[in-house]
Amino acid sequence: MSRLLTYLFGRLPIGWLQLSHNKARLIAAVSGVAFANLLVFMQLGIMGALNGSTIAPYAMLNTDIIISSQEGNTLTDSGEIARARMFQALGVPGVADATPLYIGNLPFTLADGSSVSLLSFGFDVAKPGFTSPEIAKSLGELAIENTVLLDRDTRGMPASVIEALDTGGRYPFEANGNTLVAIETMNVGGGFLADGMLVMSDQTFLRSFPARTSGAPDQILLHVDDGVSVETVVDRLRAALPTESVKIQGTDASAQADLDFMSSERPTGIIFGFGVFMGILVGLVIVYQVLSTDVADHLSEYATFKAMGYGQPFFLGIVFEEAIVLAIFGFLPGLVVSIGLYAGLNAVTGLPVAMNASRAILVFLGTLAACTLSGAIATRRLAAADPADLF
Amino acid sequence: MAETFPIRVAGLNHFFGTGEARKQALFDLNLDIKRGSLTVLMGPSGSGKTTVLTLMGCLREVNEGSVRLLGQELNAASEAQMVSLRSRLGFIFQAHNLHESLTAVQNVLMGLQVHGAADPAKQRAAANHILDLVGLSDRRDYLPGNLSGGQKQRVAVARALVSNPDIVFADEPTAALDKESGHTIVAMLKTLGQVRQTTTVMVTHDNRILEMADRIITLEDGRVVADSQKAAHGPRPSP
Repeated sequence: MSRLLTYLFGRLPIGWLQLSHNKARLIAAVSGVAFANLLVFMQLGIMGALNGSTIAPYAMLNTDIIISSQEGNTLTDSGEIARARMFQALGVPGVADATPLYIGNLPFTLADGSSVSLLSFGFDVAKPGFTSPEIAKSLGELAIENTVLLDRDTRGMPASVIEALDTGGRYPFEANGNTLVAIETMNVGGGFLADGMLVMSDQTFLRSFPARTSGAPDQILLHVDDGVSVETVVDRLRAALPTESVKIQGTDASAQADLDFMSSERPTGIIFGFGVFMGILVGLVIVYQVLSTDVADHLSEYATFKAMGYGQPFFLGIVFEEAIVLAIFGFLPGLVVSIGLYAGLNAVTGLPVAMNASRAILVFLGTLAACTLSGAIATRRLAAADPADLF
Repeated sequence: MAETFPIRVAGLNHFFGTGEARKQALFDLNLDIKRGSLTVLMGPSGSGKTTVLTLMGCLREVNEGSVRLLGQELNAASEAQMVSLRSRLGFIFQAHNLHESLTAVQNVLMGLQVHGAADPAKQRAAANHILDLVGLSDRRDYLPGNLSGGQKQRVAVARALVSNPDIVFADEPTAALDKESGHTIVAMLKTLGQVRQTTTVMVTHDNRILEMADRIITLEDGRVVADSQKAAHGPRPSP
């Protein structure tokens, strides 16, 4: 290691030699950085699961524009909107087709007696073009009364049920006083939103939710004509519809608005965001403490180097070298432990928590930045190294 | 062309503190130190000898008067100029101040690497050679924690001399050494003066090495009270 760093730096790797000389301090420092990384990874993982859950239902849709109630917060946490808006929208130039989407939470009691909540989506089965290919291929079968597609990741659902559905079986169950039959599975992932999801026809939906009416869906999905930009049609719709009561957004904008809402308005988003901040703060404090103590312990040696003619860049280089070593050595165990904890969390809760390269790179760069910042603060102590005091 | 007097001090006054606490430590000092000489500064504690050493060594800013070091005026010199000049000097401290995480040879290498990148093999050869000269060839890869006090001081001497400095400033370099080791170190400095024309200014209370000095300057209360030099090194320079 020393030889490699000597080769890379073109000088003795003082920072590394200093850190590695005191093994106990090095282990404590690396553990501290790893712990801070772990904190950040866990918060980001859960926040990522929250975000993933929020926009997961969009994967079931194939739509250009979504019209929803201004009272709604997200796609699945929406207020009802008059179906008449759909007909108004169809009259706007550039709108090719439209369909209502019904969304509701269906309580369901599992065989073991535990209650789960199934987020249910009611589509017009005559318009498979508004759903993802996976759902579209089964949508015709959902025209049969009370048939549904069941999310295979539904929490608490016995594996035998999913296996039976995979092999062409049926799974009848009663929910909200109505007997439904799952005929196939789909893969969406409920996460934070619900314990699982169901896709059904709008007619089955209305039977399962007797209080709902066909005239008040949750969302209206639109397709635009070929060659017409979504933004142009959105602008036309906003001019034609009462925007004080309806929101008109492109699909991507709608998904982003949902994410923004969950991260900034929902307590969960704020809590996990705060957790990330705390993790970074813990890392900053640990690295600062290690580096500033290290500088203080070596003041006479630094003063000697100053007397020998070494300038400020040399000392900054040592401190930053230490900061980078701590960042790298702390990141790696933090990453490995986090991957293990993600797997455990996913197995226990079913939350879609998984490590991805962009998050790992982001945290590594953040660790480097935080360690460098700590190092920069710690270098203020170097000013106390006065070579005149050596005599 | 090298200066005859690499250190020239004229009308030097120095003060510590400010306001009512301001205290004068040096009074109108005038000294010219000849190239290649071994000069010893003596005097009781508080006489100002260490202050003189730090002023000559670019470790402290000159308040009043002139100190010319290797042709460069230090009064009002910039920090960058001071740092640059220091790289041409060698310092030997009473406390060895070796870096505890560097081996003996690595500590000595630090004395070379201040001059920038060079052939690492040549640098290591030079460091090994000077460690041989101070009798530590078998301790090159030892950390300071595994060396005796005398051995550490010899490493510090090797670190100060390895880059062939123009001037060596030493503060009680033999205090931690036994008689033989102390004599060896001072003899080495003396030889450097004769062979390489390295100038040495040393603060010491060690009477054992006075016989090797070319010049002995005694300070008291910030003033020169005695200044004697051997005739072999030529006439005494004009103050």
